[in-house]
Amino acid sequence: MTLTSDIVREKLTEKFGDSLTEWAQPHGILTFCVPRDMNLKVLSFLYDDESLAFRFLTDLTAVHYPDRAGEELCVVYHLHNLVANRRLRMKLYAPVTQPDVYTATRIFSSANWMERETYDFYGVHFIGHPNLKRVLNVDEMDYFPLRKEFPLEDQTRIDKDDEMFGRG
Amino acid sequence: MSETNHIKLPEGSIGRTTTTLNLGPTHPATHGVFQNILELDGERIVKAEATVGYIHRAFEKIAERRPLYQITTLTDRLNYCSAPINNMGWHLTCEKLLRIHTPKRVDYLRVIVMELARITDHLICTSIVGVDAGAFTGFLYVMQFRELVYEIYEEICGARLTTNMGRIGGFERDFPPAAWEKLERFLKEYPKAQKELETLLVRNRIFYERTRGSGAISAERALNYGFTGPNLRAAGVDYDVRVHEPYCSYGDFDFRIPVGTTGDNYDRFMVRTEEIWQSLSIIEQAYRKIQDMNGPDASVYHAEVPEYYLPQKSEVYTKMEALIWHFKIVMGEVDIPAGEVYLAVEGGNGELGFYLISDGGRSPYRLHFRRPCFIYYQAYEEIVQGSMLSDAVITMSSLNLIAGEMDA
Repeated sequence: MTLTSDIVREKLTEKFGDSLTEWAQPHGILTFCVPRDMNLKVLSFLYDDESLAFRFLTDLTAVHYPDRAGEELCVVYHLHNLVANRRLRMKLYAPVTQPDVYTATRIFSSANWMERETYDFYGVHFIGHPNLKRVLNVDEMDYFPLRKEFPLEDQTRIDKDDEMFGRG
Repeated sequence: MSETNHIKLPEGSIGRTTTTLNLGPTHPATHGVFQNILELDGERIVKAEATVGYIHRAFEKIAERRPLYQITTLTDRLNYCSAPINNMGWHLTCEKLLRIHTPKRVDYLRVIVMELARITDHLICTSIVGVDAGAFTGFLYVMQFRELVYEIYEEICGARLTTNMGRIGGFERDFPPAAWEKLERFLKEYPKAQKELETLLVRNRIFYERTRGSGAISAERALNYGFTGPNLRAAGVDYDVRVHEPYCSYGDFDFRIPVGTTGDNYDRFMVRTEEIWQSLSIIEQAYRKIQDMNGPDASVYHAEVPEYYLPQKSEVYTKMEALIWHFKIVMGEVDIPAGEVYLAVEGGNGELGFYLISDGGRSPYRLHFRRPCFIYYQAYEEIVQGSMLSDAVITMSSLNLIAGEMDA
C-alpha cells in the first residue's frame, strides 16, 4: 500500500485530533501546523510509527512574519520517508518575544546545525539543544539578521563615499 | 649575561597530555576555508570541533530583495564546482512555482549540462582524494578535461566557473555547433583519461591502505545526520533525487545508482567514480535523443513564457516591445505568483533543495537553500574522532566539502 497524503493526514488526525491545523498541499507537499509545545510529540510519532516512518529530516528553517502578532516566527520542518518516497512539511509558530521551541536533536542528529543556523538568523531558542550558538555569523553579533526588521542597504543611498567600491 | 626570556605557556599546558591543533581556516590540506580545532593525542584525534561560516555571504537575505533572475547568480556561488546544477535547480524551482512546462528538448539539454557539471564535481573530489593520499599526477591530468567541460559551458553561455546559465523556461540560445563538437570530443577522449585515473588509484596499494576503513560512517548514522548524495550512497542507501523524484525528464534515461557498503573514504571515492561513468552514459543518451528529434521539436530551446523568458537580444535592440519586456523582467516589474515551493535536485554533493515562499511580490518572501554540504559536515566531528590526523584530511576531501555551499 502506498503512503498517500490522505493516509498520513488520517493517521495524524487520529492520533492528535484537532491540534493539527492549517492542512494544505501547496505544490504537492502535505503541509500542516502543530502547536508549539507539541512538535516533539508529532515528530517522534512520525518517526516511530511503522507505517509513517518519516525518518529523514531534509530541512529545518524559519520564516519571519512580522504582521502575525504573537506568532511572528514560523519554524518549518521538511521530513521525508525515503522508503515510501513521500515528503511532509510541518510548521509551528512562535512569538518573537519568547521563541522557545523544543529541539529535535534527540531524534535527528542533523537538526543540530540546522537549528543552530535557525537560531543564528532568526533567534529561535531551541530548548535542550546541546550547543546552541551561532554557526555562520560571528559570535559577537547581537541581532538576528534574517528577521524582516533588518532591511538591506538602500540601493539608492548617496551618502557613501567609498572609492574602493566604485561608489566615490 | 642577560636573563633568559622564556615564552609564557598557557595555564595548565605543561600537565596536559593532548595538543590542540588549529587545522585551518586557510590550510593547504583543507582545500577551502574551514577551521577544525583538533584535540590530538600524538597523531590521534581525541576530539574535533568544526567551525564554519568564514565565507558566509547572506544569500538568503540578499535573495529577499532580488527578482528571480538576479538570484541565479547567487546560486552559482553555492557549490561552485557544479554551478550549472544550481542554476538549473533554481530555474526548475521558479518553473514549478510559475507552473511552466518545458519541452523535452530543453530537458535533455539541461540534463547534458547538469551531468557534465556532475562529472566535473566528482572529478575534483576523486582526484583531490588522490592528492591527499600523495598522488598529484592524476589531479593534474584530469584537470585538462575539466577545462574542456568549462569550454563547453563557455560555448553555451559565455561563462566558465560561475555560469549563470539558462533562463526560466530553457536557455538563452540553442547550443552552438562548437559546443556539440567539444561535447563529442569530451565523450570520445574523456573515458580514456578516467580509466587512467582509475588505474592509478583504484587498485593502488598505498591509496587502498590509506582510504579503506578510514572516515567510515554507517548507513544508519548517515541517514540520521541527513547525508544525501554520493556520501549517503557510499554508506549503502540508494537514495538519489534523480530517481526518487525525477525532474527534468530524468525518468527517460537508463542509469544505475552505485552504492557502497561501508561508507568509508574508499567507498565514497568508488561511488563517485562509478557515477562519473553513469553520467557519461546519461549524456550520451541525451545527445542521441536530441539528435533523433525532428520537425519543430528539433530546434526548440525554451518554453513559450514571454512573461518570464527574456526576449532575444537582437529583438531587444530593434523592437520596442521586446525592449520593454526585457526591462520589465530585468527590473523585476513582473510580480511572481504567491505560493510555497520546495524543489530538490541531485547536486554534486546530494539533495540541493530550494524552499521558496512567495507572497506575490517582485522577489521571494523567503528563500532557503538546503545545502547538502552544510548538513553533512556536522558529522565530521563524529567521523574523525579516534582516527589519525592524516585520515582526517582525506576524510575531508572525500566528503567533498565545498565552502561556498556550506556557508551560503
